[in-house]
Amino acid sequence: MNAGFLILIVLGVSALGYFFGRRRALALSAASGRRLHSLPTYYGQLVALFAGVPALLLLLTWLFVQPIVLHGQVSSLIPDSAIPEGGARSLVMADVERIAGGLDALMQARGLGEAELDRMRADMTDIRSRLADVGVALGSNVPVEVFEAAKAYRSAHRNGEMLMTASVLILSLGLAFLAYRRVSPELRARNTSETFVLSLLIGSSSVAILTTVGIFGSLVFETYNFFQMYPAEDFFFSTVWNPQFRGGSDLGILPLLWGTFYVSLVALFFAVPIGLMIAIYLSEYAGSTMRSFAKPAIEILAGIPTIVYGLFALITVGPFLRDWIAQPAGLGSSSSSVLTAGLVMGIMLIPFVSSLSDDIINAVPQAMRDGSYGLGATQSETIKQVILPAALPGVVGAILLAASRAIGETMIVVLGAGAAAKLDLNPFEAMTTVTVKIVSQLTGDTEFASPETLVAFALGLTLFVFTLGLNVLALYIVRKYREQYE
Amino acid sequence: MTDATIPASTAGSGSASARSSLLTVDTHTRRRRSSEARFRLLGLLAVSLGVLALLGLLASIFSNGLSSFQQTYIRLDIHLDAARLDKAGDRNPEQIAKVSTFGYAPLIQKAMEEKMAAAGIAIDGLSANAAAELISKEAPAELRRYVLADPSRIGQTVPFDLLASGRIDGYYKGRVTMASAELDRNVSPQQLQLADQLKEAGILETRFNWSFFTAPDASDTRPEAAGLGVAILGSAYMMLIVLALSLPIGVAASIYLEEFAPRNRFTDLIEVNIANLAAVPSIVFGILGLAVFINFAGLPQSAPVVGGLVLTLMTLPTIIIATRASLKAVPPSIRDAALGVGASKMQSVFHHVLPLAMPGILTGTIIGLAQALGETAPLLLIGMVAFVREYPGEPPAGFFDPASALPVQVYNWTQRGDPAFVERASGAIIVLLVFLVLMNLIAIVLRRRFERRW
Repeated sequence: MNAGFLILIVLGVSALGYFFGRRRALALSAASGRRLHSLPTYYGQLVALFAGVPALLLLLTWLFVQPIVLHGQVSSLIPDSAIPEGGARSLVMADVERIAGGLDALMQARGLGEAELDRMRADMTDIRSRLADVGVALGSNVPVEVFEAAKAYRSAHRNGEMLMTASVLILSLGLAFLAYRRVSPELRARNTSETFVLSLLIGSSSVAILTTVGIFGSLVFETYNFFQMYPAEDFFFSTVWNPQFRGGSDLGILPLLWGTFYVSLVALFFAVPIGLMIAIYLSEYAGSTMRSFAKPAIEILAGIPTIVYGLFALITVGPFLRDWIAQPAGLGSSSSSVLTAGLVMGIMLIPFVSSLSDDIINAVPQAMRDGSYGLGATQSETIKQVILPAALPGVVGAILLAASRAIGETMIVVLGAGAAAKLDLNPFEAMTTVTVKIVSQLTGDTEFASPETLVAFALGLTLFVFTLGLNVLALYIVRKYREQYE
Repeated sequence: MTDATIPASTAGSGSASARSSLLTVDTHTRRRRSSEARFRLLGLLAVSLGVLALLGLLASIFSNGLSSFQQTYIRLDIHLDAARLDKAGDRNPEQIAKVSTFGYAPLIQKAMEEKMAAAGIAIDGLSANAAAELISKEAPAELRRYVLADPSRIGQTVPFDLLASGRIDGYYKGRVTMASAELDRNVSPQQLQLADQLKEAGILETRFNWSFFTAPDASDTRPEAAGLGVAILGSAYMMLIVLALSLPIGVAASIYLEEFAPRNRFTDLIEVNIANLAAVPSIVFGILGLAVFINFAGLPQSAPVVGGLVLTLMTLPTIIIATRASLKAVPPSIRDAALGVGASKMQSVFHHVLPLAMPGILTGTIIGLAQALGETAPLLLIGMVAFVREYPGEPPAGFFDPASALPVQVYNWTQRGDPAFVERASGAIIVLLVFLVLMNLIAIVLRRRFERRW
């Protein structure tokens, strides 16, 4: 039985539980003449919660854990001799899973029974061509051990699913029945169900922790695998990035880091002065009509998806820079360049910088402005000599946050910066960034056994550490220096 | 009185008083004033640069993309020849299905010849073959689907609107000119002349392109047939999943943190994590999706369910932050009143505070959804870039079928060679932006309508 259907059944049981739980509470109270401890709906709610929540949790855990257990079991069935020279066990396991999936399709297409499958032998029948008939293409002929492992995988998978269906249903019905039996006028139904709900609330808020653990765990785990295959010092200190799918790649991160920093620097160079001036002008100078028009316009920029900026870089800014500046000046002939990506990313960051700076400038106490005006300073002198120094920590924090945004930005650089990894100073040359390479190494069919794929996780971890570091630093600076005005 | 003598004595001492007069501006003041004006101008310049950037961005997308909502069609009377399509003559659908699109192409070519003859159009040096190339390579497939849908049409002569090829379509959108056709291998100036004459005869027309919204993606050589159907459906499925998961989880988490959480290490840990997740680059969520949902849990690639899960995790911080703000905005007097008449803490929150905070929560949710709708990078990593022509099935099973998504479709089209795909990509962006504007408008209306100031 598939999981979606099972969920519907559990929800149905839970709904019935609500109805019967409530009815039983009312009936018992009427029969014994005692008042219910809680409102009748709480008795129904209690039965419904017990019927639904544990069973659904079990289902989710099962769906998550079963593949791991199966993988471990079946993997041990394959002897080392069945693993081709230079190949990896995980590749063979991927074949096993594909064959197991193909067997189901094969049995359905030909109306075979379990007994016929048992008799099917890899050394007797041509499994490869039979599977190809049902749309499962295999790279080579199937060794006997692999085929037996696939059969074992398939039957274990079926058994697991049956066991899952049974245990989920038993848990749901069993708990519903137990809760139903316990319903009585004395039962403190409201308190119990409120405790239950509270634990659900706590569970929901730990999703954030689980996500972080998931991100960090998967990044660290796969990065560790990567460093098992590829020396760490080459990754960190080599200046050559040249992945080869036949092996023997150079995977040095330095050119990618350089591209990332160069593009981000160009972006900040545009975004910070413009964003800051916009914030200053709108909060200190602009009249209300100007503000009511310009502020939403700038905020719209913040709501535009990055793919739109990417397309803008690709079809407008890139060709414009190439045809009007780079080629006449003889600086390059590529439409994707550091300047293209940086300029467009700068536009993306303008609203980010300006809204953060706006908050910070508004947080500077009015008394400081008044004091400065009282001494005879002009408005711009007040801004430059009083407000900006006072807001400096906040502005620095905003710039750091913008920098972390720029480093992690993907679509603009994918479409605007190019794919050539090099260490160069010319902003009209195409360069590449960490995020571009994560996309190019992980897009398409990926096998998790080659350093060329796993390097993306090491890149991801680097990116994660950089952005996290910048964010923490930004928060630290803002918190530490903001206190003096509050 | 005695003071009066002092100015009189300084006035007599020379020109110093002229310099310090309030009525004439000295150089120092002039410099300060002009610096003030400069600074002000700089600010104005920055604001106009920002607004200009927005206008430039929109102008570029709209000027490139609006034409994708128009499409050129050629109307031909096609004789569905029974001798070609159904040799046995028994209208057996299985036999008819065996005739591939190659069997339909000659019908179209013949219809084209007849139409040209009937309208009296002839171009020197243009073969019948080349004339038929005005029609998209997708057209035979379309005709085949039409016949298979109702085999009894075989033998009839039906008027049929066929897609014009990408280059002819581009000619009427200004992308292809006579000069560029000279150099183009895929189209010749004679073909363009023919197209012009067909247009005069009313056979060829350019009209609104409904199939852009409904058709699936098409191959590299047939930009004229590419549509957004699968992508829109895939995005809709993902938004459903995001809404169904992130709204309850986000609201539950915010209620706990805002109303129940004690101040301790655990609560701090959650708070730090939420703040951190809001700042993690989106592509890292893609890596998480690939490693955990696809590689570890074995969910299928390119499936809306994986995209939905990844986007849910990305949307959660947005929803949590918005929900907490609107819970915080409900005044404590509401809680106190509920507690005062004997409600439990849980009842006061669920019966009184939460309903009052609902408009704010919904606004935040819609804005979070709008963000998720435009997100591209994580979806690239979980295989949504695959070329998908089949519509995903009905939910819930359809959540596991391969699909595309709007922003990913845009990326996909930018990677293709034919310049006609740039137009399609910009058109897709316009569709995406229209959805975003609609969602934001709903959020604004909700806020205006239901938000209460306490």
